[in-house]
Amino acid sequence: MTILELKQNIFKENEVTADGIRKELKDKSKLMINVMSSPGSGKTTTLCRIIEALSGKYRVAVLECDIDASVDAETIAKNGGKAIQLHTGGMCHMDAAMTKQGLDALGIDDVDIIFIENVGNLVCPAEFDTGAHINLTILSVPEGDDKPAKYPLVYQVSDVVLFNKIDAMEVFDFDIELAKERILTLNSNALVFPVSAKNKEGFEPLISYIIKKCEEL
Amino acid sequence: MHELGVTFYVVRDVKKVAEENGIDRIDFVTLEIGEVSGVINEQLTDCWNWARKKEKVTENTELIIENLEAVSFCECCQREFGTIDYGKTCPYCGGGNTYLLRGNEFNIKEIGVYDNT
Repeated sequence: MTILELKQNIFKENEVTADGIRKELKDKSKLMINVMSSPGSGKTTTLCRIIEALSGKYRVAVLECDIDASVDAETIAKNGGKAIQLHTGGMCHMDAAMTKQGLDALGIDDVDIIFIENVGNLVCPAEFDTGAHINLTILSVPEGDDKPAKYPLVYQVSDVVLFNKIDAMEVFDFDIELAKERILTLNSNALVFPVSAKNKEGFEPLISYIIKKCEEL
Repeated sequence: MHELGVTFYVVRDVKKVAEENGIDRIDFVTLEIGEVSGVINEQLTDCWNWARKKEKVTENTELIIENLEAVSFCECCQREFGTIDYGKTCPYCGGGNTYLLRGNEFNIKEIGVYDNT
C-alpha cells in the first residue's frame, strides 16, 4: 500500500488565490468590498445608495452572486453601476476562484470600486476569503439583535457592520446598543453604522470610510 | 453547512496530488476535521459519495474522517478546556476571555493506494 502524507489545509489554496487578487487590485488602485448578510437584509438597496453617493467621483461595479436569477444585476445597472450576475451553481458562498472569474468576465479597467454582493447567507461566506480589502456585513433590524450571538464568524471577519432598516425600529424589538455590544465583544475593531437604505439615512460615515480606504490604496 | 463546497475542494486537491505523483486511482483519502469546523461527518460523506464520481481518479475513493478535539484557552487562568463542553466560558475560573486553540481544522491528512493484487 502506498500512502502519501499531505497535511494540507483545504482553505490554503483559496487563501493564496485571495491574497493574489487583493494585491493585484491594490497595485491597480482598485478597492474591493465583500458584502455579506442574510437574504432580504437590503444588500442590493444599500449598494444602490452607495453607488448614488459615490457617483461622479468613483466608478462602481458589482459582482452579483446568487444561486440563480439576475434581478439584482438589473437593479444595480438601472442605478448606474456596472454589474455582472454570477450564478454559484448551488454553492452557498463565493470563493476566491469564483471572484477571479467574475472580475475577469466583468472587466475592471473602467472601474474604481468593486463590490461583491455575496450569496445571502450568514454562515458559509464568512469562511471563504474572496480577496476583498474590506468585509462589510449588513444586519437588518427585522432579523433581530441576537444574530451576532448566533452567527459569530461573519461578524468576527467584518471590518464594517451596517444596521439596516432602522426606519423599522419602532415595529421590532431590536436593541441597537445590545447588538453593537455583541459585535464589539466578537470583534473590537468593527465599525458599526446604523442606516436606512430605504430612507437614504445614515450613509455619510460609511461613504467617508470608503473614500478614505480608496485614497489609502 | 457548506459540505458540498469543501467536498469539491477535496476532489480538486487530491486529483492534483494524484497527477503530480503519477497515480491514476486513489483508494482512500483521510481528512482531519475539527469538532468546531462546522462540518458534519454524515453530510460530508454523502456529498463525497456523489462528488467523487465526477473524476476518474476519485470515482471509487473511500472517505475516512478523523475528528480532532476542540480545545480553548483561558487568558485569565492560563488553562485549557474542552470547547464542546464549556463553550466560551472557562470552567476553572468562570472567565470569558478565552480563545480557540484548535478544533477548527479541515485538512487532507493523506491519500492511499492499495497494491494491485
